Amino acid sequence: MPEPNGGARAANGAGVTNILEARGITKTFGGLVAVNSVDFDIPERAIVSLIGPNGAGKTTFFNMVSGLYIPTSGRFVLTGRDITRMKPHERAQMGLGRTFQNIRLFGTMSAVDNVLAGMHVRLKGSILGSILGTPGVSREEKEARERAHALLGFVGLRGRQTFAKNLPYGDQRRLEIARALASDPKLLLLDEPTAGMNPQETARLTELIGRLREERGLSVLLIEHEMRVVMSISDRVTVLDHGEKISEGTPTEVRQDERVIEAYLGTARTG
Amino acid sequence: MRGVALKRFALPAVLITLAFLFPLLDDGLGLGLMFPIIVIAVYVMLALGLNIVIGFAGLLDLGFVAFYALGAYVMGWLASSHFNQVSFSFLSTAQSLSGGARPGIHISFWIVLLVAGAFTALCGVLIGAPTLRLRGDYLAIVTLGFGEIIPRFFQNGDNLGGFNLTNGTVGIKSIDSPGIPFLPESLSSWQRFGTLDLNPWYYTILVLVLITIFVNIRLRDSRLGRAWVSVREDETAAAAMGINPVTTKLWAYALGAVFGGIAGAFYGAFIKSIFPTSFSFNISILILCMVILGGMGNIYGVILGAIALQGINFYLLPQINGWVHAIGDALGSPLLSGADIPKYNFFIFGIILVLMMLLRPEGIIPNRQRQEELHDDSTGGDALGGTARA
Repeated sequence: MPEPNGGARAANGAGVTNILEARGITKTFGGLVAVNSVDFDIPERAIVSLIGPNGAGKTTFFNMVSGLYIPTSGRFVLTGRDITRMKPHERAQMGLGRTFQNIRLFGTMSAVDNVLAGMHVRLKGSILGSILGTPGVSREEKEARERAHALLGFVGLRGRQTFAKNLPYGDQRRLEIARALASDPKLLLLDEPTAGMNPQETARLTELIGRLREERGLSVLLIEHEMRVVMSISDRVTVLDHGEKISEGTPTEVRQDERVIEAYLGTARTG
Repeated sequence: MRGVALKRFALPAVLITLAFLFPLLDDGLGLGLMFPIIVIAVYVMLALGLNIVIGFAGLLDLGFVAFYALGAYVMGWLASSHFNQVSFSFLSTAQSLSGGARPGIHISFWIVLLVAGAFTALCGVLIGAPTLRLRGDYLAIVTLGFGEIIPRFFQNGDNLGGFNLTNGTVGIKSIDSPGIPFLPESLSSWQRFGTLDLNPWYYTILVLVLITIFVNIRLRDSRLGRAWVSVREDETAAAAMGINPVTTKLWAYALGAVFGGIAGAFYGAFIKSIFPTSFSFNISILILCMVILGGMGNIYGVILGAIALQGINFYLLPQINGWVHAIGDALGSPLLSGADIPKYNFFIFGIILVLMMLLRPEGIIPNRQRQEELHDDSTGGDALGGTARA
């Protein structure tokens, strides 16, 4: 099979490679066109936001990237490989991590075990090795535990021994990010990470997202309603409305785009 | 910390020592408990196998008896005179005493145990595969179907295109006894396990149960164990973390089936004759009750659940008849002394089950995680010794 690398490896104008390329993504549910022929690029080490009014198709698009939905047409290329038909867990193995709009932690596992579960694909311990307790498996488990604690520290959670579902709301959001980071993603998808947070928690989470790029070299795709977050940390913003891409550019460009203002505020149409 | 160390090592060590000394106690006091204890131990193993499927991976399996039956029939096929068209022996102690070649396949019990485990693991995958897309109630119904199909197959498998695979309702009889060859004459009861001295049987199932417990603990704490819990908790999120739900579930079916199959193979050799009716649907439910009443997911709870239920079912209930008659005789009450209690066994058993479920809904020794699920905002954080919740 020829490498369907399209333009992924080819540098674009600014000499930056794209970690994810979406071409002509369309998704229809019955007669409803949820996403219509959207092209979308995420450059390496970029924070890209996807915004739009409710029902614009953001979450549908997001779920197609992570593999929960298969697009009706179009294709996704992640780090040079076509992932359009891959299952969610295969995409995760390829370096795609995500969080969920409604937090979906493993509620009755401790914080550390949640992160260890996220590390699953990066661990090699075989079943027989685990049963026999071979030195290799023991060492790997010990190192994994240390890394898990380090990740919890990175997102600002420490020494929490309680079940994940007993954590405060903001901590649950952070734990979800730590769990996603545990699988060593190259691209992290964050679905409304500040939903339901107060201004201080939002500010701290915004800072954390910035550090994901600065300290870990990640690319981030963000769905967010909180415009302050979007405008302050995004390199690029894409606006969807009724399943179509209506605007794309830097936060400043998008903010001034009349079609965006119209989509958000509505206009009195005549005729 | 000393309490923790005590709980982790001292208590199990004492219990295991007691278990190894039990035959002496039984012999000394003339309890006559060896036979029921061996059967109870078989059920401990079955319950621990099902615990992997239900307790760890959260797959409600109502047909676990299928693996028990398959294991027993593998022992029947490979260690009896059933296939009398052929004559094949391999390391079997059964044939050495009879002199001459015997008809049928006679393979060493110890090898057949492994074969039965491997065969049922394969069957676990085959039975599990079509159910992978199903969750909850739907999964339960399909597994229920498989649990019914397997005994039916054994019942009607005496003429598969002219070939007698299962001997139908008559079942497979005279299954070989295990034995350890090359032992000195002083250990003759170990050379070929008999029906008079049950000690070799007891120690064999004890070691099998201990291995099962050990493997259960190791699996629970392993990478695969975490994957099971995460798939149980949220399959979509688990897949988003790169955990393959399909293989994770299939491993649960396969590994659970291994213990069901080995327990069945042991039981087949121990009980000597197996019939399709020995593996009816209510055994699936009995094992399920052991897991649930013991404390789903908690290894020690499940062991206690199996001992309690099978103890009541297999040992206590048959005794009640005698007790009631004795009381009736003492009181001079013809009503009691003539009562036919075995008729009400299932009734009494049912009441005990209902009472246990009402008194301890989370099981005898609950799994911390399951307890948390049942009591939504209870003491879970404290149980882990964690910080107070905000």
